[in-house]
Amino acid sequence: MSEVRDHWQKPPFIANTALRWLVYGGAIAYFLWVGATMPINWVRVSEGIGRAGQIFGGAFPPSFERSGLLIDGFLESLKIALLATAGGVILSIPIAFMAARNIVPLPVYYIGRAIIIIARSFHPVIVAIIFVKSVGFGPFAGVLTLIVYSIGFVAKMLAERIEEIDFGQVEAMRAAGAPYLSTLFYAIFPQIMPRQIGLAIYQLDSNLRASAVVGLVGAGGIGATLANAFGRYDYDFALAITIVIVGVILISEGISGQIRKRIG
Amino acid sequence: MLKITNLVKRYGNGEPVLKDLDLMIEGESVVSIIGSSGAGKSTLLRCINRLVEPTSGSIELNGNELTKLKGRQLRTARRKIGMVFQGFNLVDRLTVMENVQSGRLGYISTWAAVTRSYPKEDIRRAFELMERVGIAHYANKRADELSGGERQRVGVVRALMQNPEILLADEPTASLDPKTSEQIMELLRNLAAELKLPVLINIHNVTEAKIYTDRIVGMRYGRIIFDDKPDALDKEAMDKIYSGNPQADRNQNMLETA
Amino acid sequence: MSTIAEKFGREDWARFTPKQRLQRYAVFAFSALTLGWAISSIDVIWPWVWDAPEQMADLFGRMYPPDARNLKTILSVLLETVNIATFATVLGVLLSLPVAYLAAQNTTPNRATLWLGRLILVTSRSVNTIIWALLFVAIFGPGVVAGILAIMFRSIGFIGKLLGEAIEEIDKRPVEALEATGASRFKVIVYAIVPQVIPTFWAVAILRWDINLRESTVLGLVGAGGIGIVLQGAIDTFNWPEAATVLLAIIALVVIGEFIAAFLRSRIL
Repeated sequence: MSEVRDHWQKPPFIANTALRWLVYGGAIAYFLWVGATMPINWVRVSEGIGRAGQIFGGAFPPSFERSGLLIDGFLESLKIALLATAGGVILSIPIAFMAARNIVPLPVYYIGRAIIIIARSFHPVIVAIIFVKSVGFGPFAGVLTLIVYSIGFVAKMLAERIEEIDFGQVEAMRAAGAPYLSTLFYAIFPQIMPRQIGLAIYQLDSNLRASAVVGLVGAGGIGATLANAFGRYDYDFALAITIVIVGVILISEGISGQIRKRIG
Repeated sequence: MLKITNLVKRYGNGEPVLKDLDLMIEGESVVSIIGSSGAGKSTLLRCINRLVEPTSGSIELNGNELTKLKGRQLRTARRKIGMVFQGFNLVDRLTVMENVQSGRLGYISTWAAVTRSYPKEDIRRAFELMERVGIAHYANKRADELSGGERQRVGVVRALMQNPEILLADEPTASLDPKTSEQIMELLRNLAAELKLPVLINIHNVTEAKIYTDRIVGMRYGRIIFDDKPDALDKEAMDKIYSGNPQADRNQNMLETA
Repeated sequence: MSTIAEKFGREDWARFTPKQRLQRYAVFAFSALTLGWAISSIDVIWPWVWDAPEQMADLFGRMYPPDARNLKTILSVLLETVNIATFATVLGVLLSLPVAYLAAQNTTPNRATLWLGRLILVTSRSVNTIIWALLFVAIFGPGVVAGILAIMFRSIGFIGKLLGEAIEEIDKRPVEALEATGASRFKVIVYAIVPQVIPTFWAVAILRWDINLRESTVLGLVGAGGIGIVLQGAIDTFNWPEAATVLLAIIALVVIGEFIAAFLRSRIL
């Protein structure tokens, strides 16, 4: 080439020029529109700045005076998390098998998937409200909520694991003339158990986090204590509860991480 | 001219990796450094552009003392020292042109760097050099789409874009197949002649060192024990460079001091 | 000819060594004990528990058939929910960039900034979106501002942590090469670090948007805007057919969100 080339531009991210401007223009227009139409009351927001000072002033120093209430709330959260994990992990096994394409006929597969999608779509707080309305306030509603929450995650992950299993082992068992249940126990369970135990420990940790939240709508545990403190403007107690929640979550995350690393 | 005197590099409190090393490189010669793994070749090269901090001694490039430089002064000095790496060290997700232009980062403004609006003369120079090494048609390709030999060419062009006063090459062919490896060595030799550039190459392959370089420096355990024309590197010299172990060397040290 | 059993001197076999078996029993026993403790001491009224299936059936019975008369309002509030989630994700992403920079060992300027970065991440991550929402509703009053801030504050920790880890795991060789060219710290970051974490950046941002879509549906329950307010209203007035419509709308929203996230992921990555 004889011509002097002294111009270069980075190839654009979207090669088609029209599409590129459409995407960029669309994104900018969207954010302008959202910014303009958001129902924001700026007067109230600006008043809030002063109120923030008041709230933080009221929150310091955090008050651990009612530590009895705090501990009770936590123990309840822990119980909710434990029972919900046990229930959720056990229930998720049949549901996961139902949702594994390589194990069950198509109609069953769709039912299994539908259960998982519904369990995953709803935030635990929504599920909690429904359970609180139908079975009453208290930890039982919390346990039911977190069972649904656990199924959404554990059954989904487990179903994916089941779909990946090595079918050679199943064939080997069948070739040896093993009946259906033996095949299940010898060829499939060993392949999914390590994953299931890892998931259970992970889920216990998540449930402990979530149990702090479902309490806000009346499903028991430390969340209920926190909601009460907020409702009564006891910001110093609320801060104490929040600090303890953060601490417990960090500890639980650390323990869960350690155990999962050990199990591998 | 590169002048290294009494260079010592010690990691922690251990045995020094470089022991009181002296080396002088003049003119536009291509010099290769050979020696077994752990002889300190790579550390020596990295001391020159201060990727490794020398413990003591002096390194002068064209009269400029490099060992005491800090911050902006060090960066200004580094602009004048090109380096080619064994693993190419390209940014895989950037285009070849961006990789090449990253050799100019020490010169251009931050704004130009971020917006990729490179000066016209830099783009012209980049195309010239890429044309010279045969990769100009890849300018808009991502670096990870290229083969090993092509990637090393990008690495060479990046170093040359710095307009360096010396080029350091740390095992530039060790990750390449024999044929590509010869092509890269030949390229380095020819470019050195065309650009009147001294080149310092660490190399494992003694045959390549003999064919493509003007002078061979043999290192053993932090010392230079051979420094001559390639023809002078005979069987005996080779044995000296590649034999022995650190323990034997240390014992000899003690004998000398005693 | 000796039999195999004679050769090896044993014909019994167990899956685990005695020590392993003991450990397994200990773990089982511990799990059983904790569950027993939880069941026996949890504060529930057992007759209610036995009654639960009936109550649930009754509730779903009252939800059917869903009442779609308010669909227009519901859909417009749903759109507002999407806007809250999207806006908050974008703001969260932008703010998480400097935090990730501080919290990554290889980019942070010094130890103090490293700990500052980590402190921000931990605080943001450990406090749930709803609790953040509670706080911001108390400060700014009910409305979308509280919702956006809540989601944004929670997102900073999530994105910042994953991005910080990505920065710590980059290939360091290009960084070395660019330092050798005499490039300044900032230019090295722009040329050698940013391109390497871009894929993680998009993946994490899309993932968080997907999660935020879900989270934004409950903000309204504590007064922080979005579809949750409509749901709460319907439940408080025992308007179960409308609540059912809202729930169906939420499922649709989440499923569509997942499709969009999957589409973006396949296009960008």
